[in-house]
Amino acid sequence: MPKLSYLKAMNRALGDELAADDRVFLLGEDIRVAASNLTAGLFGRFGPDRVLDTPLSEQAFTNFATGAALVGMRPVIEFQIPSLLFLVFEQIANQAHKLALMSGGQCKVPVTYVVPGSGSRTGWAGQHSDHPYSLFAAVGVKTVVPSNPADAYGLLLSAIRDDDPVVVFAPAGALGFREDVDFSTLAPVPLGVGRIARPGSDVTVVALGHLVQDALAVADELAGVASIEVFDPRTVYPLDVAGLAESVARTRRLVVIDDSNRTSGFGAEVLAVAAERFDLVARPRRVTRPDGAVLPFALALDRAVQPGRDDLVAAIRGVLEGDEQ
Amino acid sequence: MTTIDLYRTVRLIRRFEERAIEYVRSGEIVGGIHPYVGQEAIAAGVCAALRADDLITSTHRGHGHVLAKGVNPARMFAELMGRESGLNKGRGGSMHAADFGLGILGANAIVGAAGSIATGAAWAQRRLGKSTVAATFFGDGAVNEGMLLEAFNLAALWHVPVVFVCENNGYATTMPVDSAVAGSITGRAKAFGIPSFTIDGQDPEKVLAATTAAVDRARAGKGPTFLECTTYRFDAHHTFEHRTRLTYRSTEELSAGWSRDPVEIQGARLAPEDRAAVDAEVEALLDAAAGIALGSAHPDPSAALQYLYSSPEVFS
Ligand SMILES: Cc1ncc(C[n+]2csc(CCOP(=O)(O)OP(=O)(O)O)c2C)c(N)n1
Repeated sequence: MPKLSYLKAMNRALGDELAADDRVFLLGEDIRVAASNLTAGLFGRFGPDRVLDTPLSEQAFTNFATGAALVGMRPVIEFQIPSLLFLVFEQIANQAHKLALMSGGQCKVPVTYVVPGSGSRTGWAGQHSDHPYSLFAAVGVKTVVPSNPADAYGLLLSAIRDDDPVVVFAPAGALGFREDVDFSTLAPVPLGVGRIARPGSDVTVVALGHLVQDALAVADELAGVASIEVFDPRTVYPLDVAGLAESVARTRRLVVIDDSNRTSGFGAEVLAVAAERFDLVARPRRVTRPDGAVLPFALALDRAVQPGRDDLVAAIRGVLEGDEQ
Repeated sequence: MTTIDLYRTVRLIRRFEERAIEYVRSGEIVGGIHPYVGQEAIAAGVCAALRADDLITSTHRGHGHVLAKGVNPARMFAELMGRESGLNKGRGGSMHAADFGLGILGANAIVGAAGSIATGAAWAQRRLGKSTVAATFFGDGAVNEGMLLEAFNLAALWHVPVVFVCENNGYATTMPVDSAVAGSITGRAKAFGIPSFTIDGQDPEKVLAATTAAVDRARAGKGPTFLECTTYRFDAHHTFEHRTRLTYRSTEELSAGWSRDPVEIQGARLAPEDRAAVDAEVEALLDAAAGIALGSAHPDPSAALQYLYSSPEVFS
C-alpha cells in the first residue's frame, strides 16, 4: 500500500473538494506557491479564482470569507500560524459562529479554518507555538484535531462540507506522520465521532492529534503493566461523549493528555464530563500544558512545558495505583 | 425613484424610529435602540440607487438601512420586540436585523466589521456570475478600525463591486470626529486608490445621485467607491442616554442640526397635499405594523438555541 503523509492527505482533501464543488475556494497567505505545502499544486490545477493569495489582512479576509459564505460559497482559509487565530477570534467566534442563530436561521456560514502547524513547532518560540483548540471549543465553534492521515483527509472533507464554521487544527507534530493507506478507502469522517485507536481494558487514555501517537507508544511501553485503551475523540467540539462513555464503562479508569493549558482546557472538560457521568474506580488525571503556558524558546524549556510521554506514564501509573487507595 | 418615493422613505424611517423610541420607554422594546433620527436621507438615497437583488450590510444604527431596503415594518417592529414573527424570529433584535431575501445580510454590532463581510459577499456574487453590488454602511467611528481599512485594500485590489458608505454624524458615541480622526475620512479611502466623495447626507436626492454613480461604476467592474455622507444624529447615541443624561452637545449645536432636517428638505419638494397624503399613508402603515407586532407571539424558551448549528443532532 502507498504511504500517505498527514499533510499530503489534507492537500488531497482540498484538491478533491475543489474538484467536486465549484463553491469551494481557498484563501490565505502565500497559498499560491504553497509556502506551507498544504496547497501544493492547487493553484496550477484550479487557478486564481479558486486559490486566492491574500494580503496580510487576517481580520478582513476572515470576514470576507464569511460574506462569501453568506451568499453561497464554501471558503477554506489557511492560517499560516496558530497565533493568527487570536487576531481573528472576533471574526470567527463573534461573527461567523453567531450569524445563523442571530438571523433566526436565515443564513449558514460554511467556512473552514485550517491551521497546518498548530502547537509547538520546534524552535519557533512563544508567538508561534500555541494550540488554541480549547478556546474555540469553549465558544461553541466546531473544532477538529485529526491525528492521522486518513482522519486528516476525512475530517477536513467533512469540515468543508459542514454548513457551520469549523476550525481544523493540524498539529505541527503530526504533519509529517505517514501511514500506509489504501487511497480507495479515503472517505469523509463525520464530525463528533471518536475512534478507539487501540483497544484495552484497564485504562482509557484520551489523546488528540499528535498526542495519539505518544499515547500509543506509551500503551506499548506499558503493555506488560496494564492494558491501555487509547481513545481519539477527533473532534474536540462536539465531543463524542457517548463513545468515550462506552470506553470508560469497560476500563473504569481515565487519563487525558491535552496540549492546551490546564485551567479550562480540553483536559479539564473531559474530567468534568467524567465527574458528571462516569463511574470510575480511580480518580482521573490530566496531563496538560501548565496554566498560562507560553512556550519558551530553548528546546529543553519548550519540551518542559509540553505534555509528554513521561508525564503520561506517571499519570497512568497514578491511576492504576489509585484504585488501591 | 421619484421625489415622492424618497420622501416616503425618509418619513417612514423617521416615524418608525419615533415610535420605536416610545416602545423603548413603555418597555415593549427591551435593550434599547440606536435611533437613526436625522440620518434618514442616507439610507433612503443609497437604497434607492440599489436593485432589489443588491446587497447591504448595516450597523448598530441600522433600522433606517433595513427599512429603506424594503423590509416589512411589522416584521421589523416584531424583531425589536423579540417576537417570533420578527425578521430574525426574535433572535437578533435591533443590532442584528437581517432579511436575506431582500439582500440584507444583517446589521452588525461590531464597529467596522460589516465592511469586510460586504466585500466578501460582493466578490462572491461576482464569482457566482451575478451582476449585483453591495453597499455597506458605517459611521465615522468605524474609519479608525483596522479591519475596515483592510477591507478597503482588498476591495480596491480585487475591484470588488462594493460601495462604502460612511455616515459622518460627527460623533462616535460621545467622541467628536475631530478628536478621533487624524487626517481625513476620505483620505482613508483615497490612500487605497478608491474614488472618494464627500456629499450632503441630509439631502436624499444628492445621496441618490452620488450612490447611483458609485453603483454604476461597481457594476461596470471598476471597483469600489467611498462616499462620506455628512449628517447629524438628532437623537441620543442610544436610548439609554435618555436615562443617563449625557451632555456632550450644546443646545445650539442640536438646534443647528435640526435646522437641516432631511424630512423637511425632501418634504419641501412636494405639494403640501401630496406630502399630507404620504404622511397619512405612513401613519396607517405603521399603525397596522405595530398592531401586528404587538399581537404576535413570543418565542418558546425551549427553542433558545434553535438555529445555532446546522446539525443540532450531533450536540444532543
Ligand atoms: C469594535 C467596537 N468598538 C466599540 C464598540 C462600542 N460602540 C458601539 S457604537 C459605538 C460608536 C460608533 O460610532 P460610529 O461608527 O461613528 O457610528 P454612530 O454610532 O455614530 O452611528 C461604539 C464605540 C463596538 N460596538 N464595536
